[in-house]
Amino acid sequence: MPIASNKPRIVQVLDIKEESETVRSLIFRDDLCSKAKPGQFVMVWIPGVDEIPMSISMMGDQSLAGFTVRKVGEASKALFDMKVKNILGIRGPYGMPFTPIFGDVMIVGAGTGLAPLLPLAEILTQKFASINIIIGGKTLSEFVLVDRARKTLLKNNSEIIITSEDGSYGIKGLATDVMESILKKKYIDIIYTCGPELMIKKVFEIAQKFSVPIQASLERIMKCGIGICGSCCIGRYRVCKDGPIFDSKKLEEIIDELGLFRRDHSGMVTMIE
Amino acid sequence: MQVPDLSIEISGFKMKSPLMLASGIFGTSIKLLRRIFETGAGAVVTKSIGYVKRMGYNNPTLVEVYGGYLNAIGLSNPGIKEVYKELSRSKINDLPLIVSLFGAETYEFTEMISLLEDLKVKAYELNISCPHVEGFGAEVCQNSDLVKQLIMAVKAKTRKPLFVKLSQNTTDIVQIAKLAENAGADALTVVNTLKAMAIDIETGRPILANKIGGLSGPAIKPIALRCVYEIYQNVEIPIVGCGGIINWQDAIEFFLAGATAIQIGTGIAYEGLSVFEKIKQGIKDYLILKGKRSVKEIVGFAHSF
Ligand SMILES: Cc1cc2nc3c(=O)[nH]c(=O)nc-3n(C[C@H](O)[C@H](O)[C@H](O)COP(=O)(O)OP(=O)(O)OC[C@H]3O[C@@H](n4cnc5c(N)ncnc54)[C@H](O)[C@@H]3O)c2cc1C
Ligand SMILES: Cc1cc2nc3c(=O)[nH]c(=O)nc-3n(C[C@H](O)[C@H](O)[C@H](O)COP(=O)(O)O)c2cc1C
Ligand code: FES
Repeated sequence: MPIASNKPRIVQVLDIKEESETVRSLIFRDDLCSKAKPGQFVMVWIPGVDEIPMSISMMGDQSLAGFTVRKVGEASKALFDMKVKNILGIRGPYGMPFTPIFGDVMIVGAGTGLAPLLPLAEILTQKFASINIIIGGKTLSEFVLVDRARKTLLKNNSEIIITSEDGSYGIKGLATDVMESILKKKYIDIIYTCGPELMIKKVFEIAQKFSVPIQASLERIMKCGIGICGSCCIGRYRVCKDGPIFDSKKLEEIIDELGLFRRDHSGMVTMIE
Repeated sequence: MQVPDLSIEISGFKMKSPLMLASGIFGTSIKLLRRIFETGAGAVVTKSIGYVKRMGYNNPTLVEVYGGYLNAIGLSNPGIKEVYKELSRSKINDLPLIVSLFGAETYEFTEMISLLEDLKVKAYELNISCPHVEGFGAEVCQNSDLVKQLIMAVKAKTRKPLFVKLSQNTTDIVQIAKLAENAGADALTVVNTLKAMAIDIETGRPILANKIGGLSGPAIKPIALRCVYEIYQNVEIPIVGCGGIINWQDAIEFFLAGATAIQIGTGIAYEGLSVFEKIKQGIKDYLILKGKRSVKEIVGFAHSF
């Protein structure tokens, strides 16, 4: 692997998209990232603050790429507060991407979980694929990237269903309830999902029940990003290198950890609430 | 021609293969360590564990440079009590597991070992050589009285083999090696990462959050090899060569210099998980070509010139 991918490349923020009160997308120019595959991520260095993993949510022409960040703590807030022309370090892209399967597809996403799923949807819609996308969330103000999903999926035989827990947007309820009712009626070739781990677990269990294969994007603490430090382990896998996309077989192997516990920065096992 | 024998033994600890996973790679996760064992490692070493939980340094903790990687993870670890719990609930009986320990004071090491003694851990490796954490690493290695006292105290607590991992960030590594041998070490792991740094010229900042880190990978191989070679001439106990081994040719060089076994760390970043299998095959082919029946026959051969 050339050094360029494992050493931060300094890029300038070229454009910022306001996605919600707590979520923004940052666009920058970087050749390697613009050629990344959906599901891959970068380690983003905010000089003087931290370096954190971010899924690439846009990859496109003219060497442009972007990620979509939700402010949760110090580093993500620093990213959220970036202005055009500010600089960042980027290394990667890393990880195993989604494998596009052109058929009857279901996508289940929540929150910034849509970030890695939308570039995938964009690729799927280039060839014939029928997409059912279910976007779940707690309440109206937390939904992001819905307009982009609409724009992407407008073109073909696709359906977008929104579910919110409080009923403030779309159907009242959980994304997984809608998912189950669709699977009862309709044949689906593959399910792609990303979002809170407990949702992913539920999506996987339902998929198993209907014998539909799934690919899910997982998260763990990342330090090296290249598969040697072990901080991102889940079962016998490294999320940064063997993942972040896990297929049904791998998910089955880690089912005794998925949604139950993860490790903190010290490596200590902590329960997932 | 019969298949060459790759098995080795260090103070009663038998390994089917002389290739070991170096400490800090894959952390303390037993499932990941087992995965490496299944790819052909003769033994696996845990990430260094300390007396209390440490979060380690902020990111960036790793950056690639020409010829290797710099890391300053900062000895992050859940602390001995948590690790004891993890080890107790994992199946480790059949795993050739070496636990790496670091500490600031002798009693920390001895208490950690007392706690681990009833588990089926096969050996211990004392990390007295981490180059980038004050008070724990290379400083200990430079203080000969401390090293001696520490090894003797630990030996008094356990009958399991004791590996002592040395740093090249010291005035005279051969002297420390002799001292460790005299104090009772069963084997020496040579070497840990070398103090180094990288600066980003765009921002003018050191890249690692800790500024200084440890260099590993091909860039340090010639240095590690020289250390093994020199130590071999001065001590009797087995040497475990470590530093920049990414292919079988590198491995052979270390055996010729005097290593009984070798450890591989950064090699995984270059070659992936198949690195152990590839190196093992390369060593076998080399031994067949040279008409040797066992890897032991080539250990230290370069000293005959
Ligand atoms: C492969 C991958 C892709 C991701 N993609 C996105 C994305 O597209 N958009 C987005 O908003 N978030 C994404 N995240 C999550 C994001 O990395 C964390 O939210 C971020 O690191 C939080 O850092 P902080 O300093 O702001 O928060 P902190 O307050 O430090 O931490 C909040 C939580 O974030 C997580 N976290 C902190 N540091 C790390 C780290 N080094 N590695 C992984 N998790 C960490 C921990 O679970 C922690 O409890 C992704 C994570 C991974 C592993
Ligand atoms: C990410 C990383 C973490 C490490 N952590 C430890 C550690 O906890 N304890 C230790 O003794 N050595 C640690 N090391 C050093 C390695 O065990 C090894 O001595 C060094 O990397 C040289 O070997 P290599 O070139 O094959 O990697 C670490 C190395 C790396 C790259
Ligand atoms: S982040 Fe280091 S192994 Fe995945």
